[in-house]
Amino acid sequence: MRGYFWFVFRRILQLFAVIVGGISAAFFISHLSPISPVEQALARITSRSNFSPEAIEAMRSALTDLYGVNEPLLGQFVSFWRRALIGDFGPSLIAFPSPAMDLVMRALPWTLGLLATAIVIQWFVGNILGGLAGYYQKNRVLKAFGVVSMGLQPIPHYIVAFVLLIVFGFIWPIFPISGGFAMNVRFAFTPEFVLSVLQHAVLPAATLVLVGMGGWFLGMRALVSNIVTEDYVTYAELAGVNRNRIVGSYVIRNALVPQITALAMTLGGIFSGTVIVEVVFSYPGLGTLLVDAVEGGDYSLVLAVSTVAIAAVAVAIFIVDLLYPLLDPRVKVE
Amino acid sequence: MFAVIKDLIRYNAEFAIGLLLSSIIVLLALLSFFSPIDPTRVYSVLPDVPPSADFWFGTNSRGQDLFWQVTFALRNSLTFGLIVAVLSRVISITVGLLSGYLGGWVDRGLMFVNDIFVAVPVFPILVLFYFVLRDKLDSTMLALIMACMGWPFDARLIRSVTLGLKHREFTRHAVFAGMSTRKILLEEHLPYVMPIIFSTALANMIWSIGLEVTLAVLGFTDSNVPTIGTMLYWANKHSALVVGVWWWILIPVVFVVIMFVGLFLLAVSLNEYIDPRSRLRRMGA
Amino acid sequence: MDRRSRGPATTDILEVKNLKAYYLMNYFGISREVRAVDDITMNVRKNEVYGIAGESSSGKTSFIKVLAAAIRPPLRVVGGSATFSFGNQTVDVGSASPEEIEAIRWRHLSYIMQGSMSVLNPVRRIGRIFEDFAMRPLGLTGSAFRQRVIEHLGHLKLGPEVLTAYPHELSGGMRQRVTIGLATVCKPEFIIADEPTTALDVVVQKDVLALIRNLQREMGSSIIFVTHDMSVHANMADRVGIIYAGRLVEEAPTRELFQSPKHPYTAHLVASLPRIGDTTQRPALEGRPPNLAEPPPGCRFHPRCPLAIDICRKEVPPLETVAPDHRTACWRWREVEPLVPVAPVRTAEVIA
Repeated sequence: MRGYFWFVFRRILQLFAVIVGGISAAFFISHLSPISPVEQALARITSRSNFSPEAIEAMRSALTDLYGVNEPLLGQFVSFWRRALIGDFGPSLIAFPSPAMDLVMRALPWTLGLLATAIVIQWFVGNILGGLAGYYQKNRVLKAFGVVSMGLQPIPHYIVAFVLLIVFGFIWPIFPISGGFAMNVRFAFTPEFVLSVLQHAVLPAATLVLVGMGGWFLGMRALVSNIVTEDYVTYAELAGVNRNRIVGSYVIRNALVPQITALAMTLGGIFSGTVIVEVVFSYPGLGTLLVDAVEGGDYSLVLAVSTVAIAAVAVAIFIVDLLYPLLDPRVKVE
Repeated sequence: MFAVIKDLIRYNAEFAIGLLLSSIIVLLALLSFFSPIDPTRVYSVLPDVPPSADFWFGTNSRGQDLFWQVTFALRNSLTFGLIVAVLSRVISITVGLLSGYLGGWVDRGLMFVNDIFVAVPVFPILVLFYFVLRDKLDSTMLALIMACMGWPFDARLIRSVTLGLKHREFTRHAVFAGMSTRKILLEEHLPYVMPIIFSTALANMIWSIGLEVTLAVLGFTDSNVPTIGTMLYWANKHSALVVGVWWWILIPVVFVVIMFVGLFLLAVSLNEYIDPRSRLRRMGA
Repeated sequence: MDRRSRGPATTDILEVKNLKAYYLMNYFGISREVRAVDDITMNVRKNEVYGIAGESSSGKTSFIKVLAAAIRPPLRVVGGSATFSFGNQTVDVGSASPEEIEAIRWRHLSYIMQGSMSVLNPVRRIGRIFEDFAMRPLGLTGSAFRQRVIEHLGHLKLGPEVLTAYPHELSGGMRQRVTIGLATVCKPEFIIADEPTTALDVVVQKDVLALIRNLQREMGSSIIFVTHDMSVHANMADRVGIIYAGRLVEEAPTRELFQSPKHPYTAHLVASLPRIGDTTQRPALEGRPPNLAEPPPGCRFHPRCPLAIDICRKEVPPLETVAPDHRTACWRWREVEPLVPVAPVRTAEVIA
């Protein structure tokens, strides 16, 4: 048990490092612009309608206060962190005066839900099928599946989502292609609502699963092909141990262990894929919010979304890391 | 070397198909050097013409010949991918070799940084860069940024291979003989690591071009430079599907798929060929 | 440890007739045929320990794999048979159906493999591993099964707490005993032991050998014991068979094999054993074992044999009986002398 404690402790340290490092990086990137964000935002606002010079000045000082650009960089960094820790990113521009954080918090559950669903399906189904394919190498169905996954896996999320959008939007409209739930359904935990949510989640989730499953399938298949040559597998086969037991508890169980590590490493990529897919289907998650924020020149919102995204991925990786000792009893202290 | 390639083509279907598809793409990309039209100009030909004898891939609503657009698009995408792949190889090899061979604090420090980079989701960061830099974010800049984000996976891989090599006999002999660390790394270890570098370079290309396409479609890159992504961006802007100019969507999508599947099959089959265990398996039944 | 007091071995439990097993490989249009097991005929009796000796790549491992019904392509049985007799059923492992082999596996025929370190599934508890292996052959369930396993582990000086442990939580010695226990819990009539002590140091080796010996005596099983270490054969085997280049070249009761070998290869093998107090230089064999894809014509040993004459290069010497229970395959067996005189050993003495 003591070993596990140290394991968790080190992972928590890493979690903090990632969050601090990542978010600070986001902060510094956002200050790379040669143009002051105040001027940028001002340019956007004034391009839409006319304002009197006094109004522009008032806006300028308000924005300067908001973005804190009249302080030296280090001062800005400190106040940024001070406010970030309590979740204050200032008001959003595209939905003024709602705080940016509110918008983010509203969008976050949608993204997380999609992310979790996609991960669970693609990881389990992909790995189990891949494991079976690696063990029963002659099986034609599994081989065909392998070919299909190989075809889908390298294609960028956007393209697959786009194709699905066209197919199910124009050619065979059986699934809704935008939004998180139907417009006329009340936002409450009614079966009507839940059904609507599920319906709307099908296409985005399907995109993610189609693209992602291939990777797990192929990786697991390769892992299993090597594991079947291990002594404990050949010995069990020699002894006539029940074949299903061998495939399940001897082969796949051992091959899953490195796949957990792989999940932790690719989680960032899966998250990126999720937000991209959201944009295509106008799914009300962080992706759509981010693109809207960029197009609206909303500095606070962009920063807010980036920060929360980094934190969310870091926490997700942390949780996955915690699962590792559950699968591999050999882990004590690293 | 050619004998190896010939054998691979004959016996490995994945390699053969991958090579075929990639060759189509490369061929088209090379054709761009013979284009009679400047691809950044608009309304140089009749708009909205479906694929026909005159215009093999048709034309789009902006009056551009899709065939030549595609050739330039493929050329630009491939070049972009190559630049990112080369730059990130340099970083990942350096980090991986140093980390694996020197160990200790260097290793722990580098891997710590590595894990931070791995944990950060790339797409939001790229969007952030676009938001901040806007027009200053041209292809070269983007390539540099992506190179800085694309090295962690492979650095770890190279590191574990190096760790394995460090404990092999020939390394210890070299150390006893007084070879400098730099010489050992370059002359003894690099040849082992090269095959991995090659196949990860292909994978890296797929990744970087994929992200570039995604960013372009969303309008987050310079939309006047013809790439597959920008073609789709303009197609969306002109509501191509609604208007009925379906080939404007289909052609780029088809070629994107060909490009990625081709590169991927090459990467996978080369990977499998290099791995000695899978070779032994293939020799039997 | 008097072998003669084990009682007379009556019927044969394993009968191998003209067994041939080759590696047939086809890669990139080139086919190769490696003759790993090339016409072997021998028997193993009940309640007997039969040692098999030979260098690496002599084909002995492939032979064992055939006997254990554990061959996979590219290795295939291309001729002959290897028939076990368990009670009233006979099974030819070269040609039996998977169901027949399932029926005898572990219950009548089991296998001790090289390397106890990696034979146990690292993510599974020992108790569960026992269930996987032995529940079906024993036909017991629940607590009856558990009792039987605990009782058997007791013979191996392992307590019941081993059952809830993971393999990495046990010491190397305990893992070794668990592996042996796993192979013997069903009290099989025939055990194939493939280099079970090769990677161990001498002290642990002694314990493991003693363990196997005691179990064999208690259960009355037959064992085929494969190792290249002649001292282990001297310690354990009733009879020894020498395999060279896929063929059986000599077979005799242990003592007779050591004292009067009738094949030049055996003479060298026996002479390789160190003896306390003897400082004479050992003669080494020149050359290397032949390439089994293109074996030399005639007697396969002739390129390295100090006694080779013309006929050896042309014709394969047949395996003939030259003394009671003693067979050899050499044209000049009458002239073979032990290279280093082997003093008659007192029963209790153990050759180092």
